[in-house]
Amino acid sequence: MTPIIRIQREDFDLGAEVAALARGNASIGAVVSFTGLCRDESGRLAALELEHYPGMAEAEIARVAAEAAARWPLAGLVAIHRFGLIRPGEQIVLVIAASSHRREAFEAADFLMDYLKTRAPFWKREHLADGTLGGWVQAKEDDDKAAERWS
Amino acid sequence: MNQHVATQPLKLVYFAWVRERVGLSDEIVSPPPGTETVAELVRWLKTRGEGYEIAFENEAIVRAAIDHTHAKPAASIAGAREIAFFPPMTGG
Repeated sequence: MTPIIRIQREDFDLGAEVAALARGNASIGAVVSFTGLCRDESGRLAALELEHYPGMAEAEIARVAAEAAARWPLAGLVAIHRFGLIRPGEQIVLVIAASSHRREAFEAADFLMDYLKTRAPFWKREHLADGTLGGWVQAKEDDDKAAERWS
Repeated sequence: MNQHVATQPLKLVYFAWVRERVGLSDEIVSPPPGTETVAELVRWLKTRGEGYEIAFENEAIVRAAIDHTHAKPAASIAGAREIAFFPPMTGG
């Protein structure tokens, strides 16, 4: 099983990714996906700008994906993370885990998202609805705690 | 090893508010001999100007990576080609 990892400016299509994963792999009985969207924070935000560390972003997500593959018997794994300017309602991140049975797929997708949030080198900056540039989004302690549950 | 030989040139890259405070996205530096760990590199960088001082004001917050792998302050920088400094990550 080779994880599919893409860091891209363009949008992605969940349906197309699931179809590509399932095609030619009839051992898959469960597909769990998570899609993260940009919120408008009650009308406060015009967009989020996502900065990343090219090279390390791919490498770090690959390490996290390899850890997931070592923990659960997976038939497929997809992680797509966008960068650049993303407006409210648009997609930011996609994680898909596929396995023979649902439990492994649920857990692997959850694990992948927790680690992606705390380890993948991405940073969000707010662009405000009034046209001004906002601040950098602060990391949440809850995200660290969520990732710690797996260790 | 001859202690007068300067450390080999090293590429530093900065992201998000660390990049803004330092005022550069990347640079090539030659840390003084004896600079052996990430923490020692940070200590030296802070002597290079106000931007660095502000960026590394709270050393416990700024994260580092050596050649695309997360690194702790005590990690050795021997043989490193690229060291990155950045705030806690907020992707996902």
